[in-house]
Amino acid sequence: MRILLLLPFVGLLWVPFYNFTEPQLFGFPFFYWYQLAWVPISSLLIWLVYRSQPHDDADNEARR
Amino acid sequence: MSDHIEWVAVSVFVFFFALVTVMGFVAARWKSGPVSEHLDEWGLGGRQFGTWITWFLVGGDFYTAYTVIAVPALVYAVGAYGFFALPYTIIVYPFVFMAMPALWKLAHRNGYVTAADVVHGTYQSRGLELAVALTGMVATMPYIALQLVGMGAVIKTMGLQGEWPIIAAFIVLALYTYNSGLRAPALIAFVKDIMIYIVVLTAVVVVPAKLGGYGAVFSAADDAFRAKGGATGLLLKPGQYLPYATLALGSALAAFMYPHTLTGVFASKSANTIRKNAILLPAYTLLLGLIALLGYMAHAAHIKVGSPNEVVPELFKTLFPSWFAGFAFAAIAIGALVPAAVMSIGAANLFTRNVWKAYVNPAISHAGEANVAKITSLIVKFGALAFTLFLPVQYALDLQLLGGLWILQTFPAVVFALVTRWFRAEALLLGWAVGIAWGSWTAWSNGLKPLASITFDGTSYSFYVALGALLINVAVAVVVSAVLSRTSPAPEVAVRS
Repeated sequence: MRILLLLPFVGLLWVPFYNFTEPQLFGFPFFYWYQLAWVPISSLLIWLVYRSQPHDDADNEARR
Repeated sequence: MSDHIEWVAVSVFVFFFALVTVMGFVAARWKSGPVSEHLDEWGLGGRQFGTWITWFLVGGDFYTAYTVIAVPALVYAVGAYGFFALPYTIIVYPFVFMAMPALWKLAHRNGYVTAADVVHGTYQSRGLELAVALTGMVATMPYIALQLVGMGAVIKTMGLQGEWPIIAAFIVLALYTYNSGLRAPALIAFVKDIMIYIVVLTAVVVVPAKLGGYGAVFSAADDAFRAKGGATGLLLKPGQYLPYATLALGSALAAFMYPHTLTGVFASKSANTIRKNAILLPAYTLLLGLIALLGYMAHAAHIKVGSPNEVVPELFKTLFPSWFAGFAFAAIAIGALVPAAVMSIGAANLFTRNVWKAYVNPAISHAGEANVAKITSLIVKFGALAFTLFLPVQYALDLQLLGGLWILQTFPAVVFALVTRWFRAEALLLGWAVGIAWGSWTAWSNGLKPLASITFDGTSYSFYVALGALLINVAVAVVVSAVLSRTSPAPEVAVRS
């Protein structure tokens, strides 16, 4: 599962992959909405990895 | 830039500023703790902050007022290249998720307050501890000074002349940080972040509506860059690919080595608090991406400024009624107070634990530690204030750039031990020194630009100098560790769990 955490690095650091104007979305060139889209995608990936892990201090948090 | 005072804006501004000042002093009694009796209380807020407080605190202290001013300013000036802040603040979170819970556990188990405490506990090396502590303190000072630059930009736009508003704001900040410690910025961060969210979400809906939609905003910016020429534009030039990616990666690795971000991590109450925050904090990144677009909106609104730092204040002043502009300016100014407070606390913790306790008074009591840290936080803040008042702003910018380069060189010492204990303290210390020396010299000889270049096969490649220095740093640490493990196989200390 942890391999999922590498995806944002690949998707964002390989610039030739997204340095385009088309296709546009709501007036945003691809370069902009593609990178903005990685924000929720990264959160989702981290959440998936978080869910798959044993919670080492779950009881600590449960008292909140 | 206006020469008359915007009274409505100033009144709204002063109201919110007064509100957070009261909150700052009341904070000492919030989540009741004996603030002056233990550094854990003053410097880490009692190590009890849950998911939401940590979210507001780290969000408020990582995405600073200077960011709100400087990122749109860079985007306004050069276009796509200024957007590297977006990938930077996305890829930082997978790293936070993997590394910071382990670092928190180490700190929690052993009562560490700073990164240098962790390094000393792991390697039993006073030299490496001092290197990490000094780097943290030196890198933080110009960062605090830049928060004042951000605050100064909005105060000027309201028509207030002279330095006294900044001096007054900073004295207030210094006093309630002294009084309440980390609880003050944690409580104020709630107000600041909610205000910033209101301002930015309003701006990204209302401004494009006034200017003809996002399509019009982007095409206005495109026209401006075509007229301007050079390395600007809505897309990156091929020569900017590597600088863009290395700036994003290097900044992301450096971000949580700073004392102010680590203070937020160590102040949280559990490792899971940090993991949840790695999932939730990207909400601020979305906000930052939208803030960056203000730079393009300024082109669409035909804002003309003397210095790029005036782009955001002038945009708000031009497009919004005076009362909302005042609200926005208060949000930015309060946005400067939260990171400035946490930065001075982080630097004070380092001085107290890794300089004062290590070299001056090893037998210091817990209350004594809290007291030294409180006084240090005052000195740090007045140092930063003097810096901004008496030295050109460019010095703070240059030093902040170098600070990012320096702080990244502490990465191997702080993080590598979470994965392997193979590295030797001497090797890490030498790698740190070589990385800092090479990086500073290279940046200096390039006229203090963040980029260095190498020529390979007749083609020149530019990259972020801090990341290059980190590679050299790690290479030195690997070679020296390998040599040491041959020549003196016994590790100098027993491995601690």
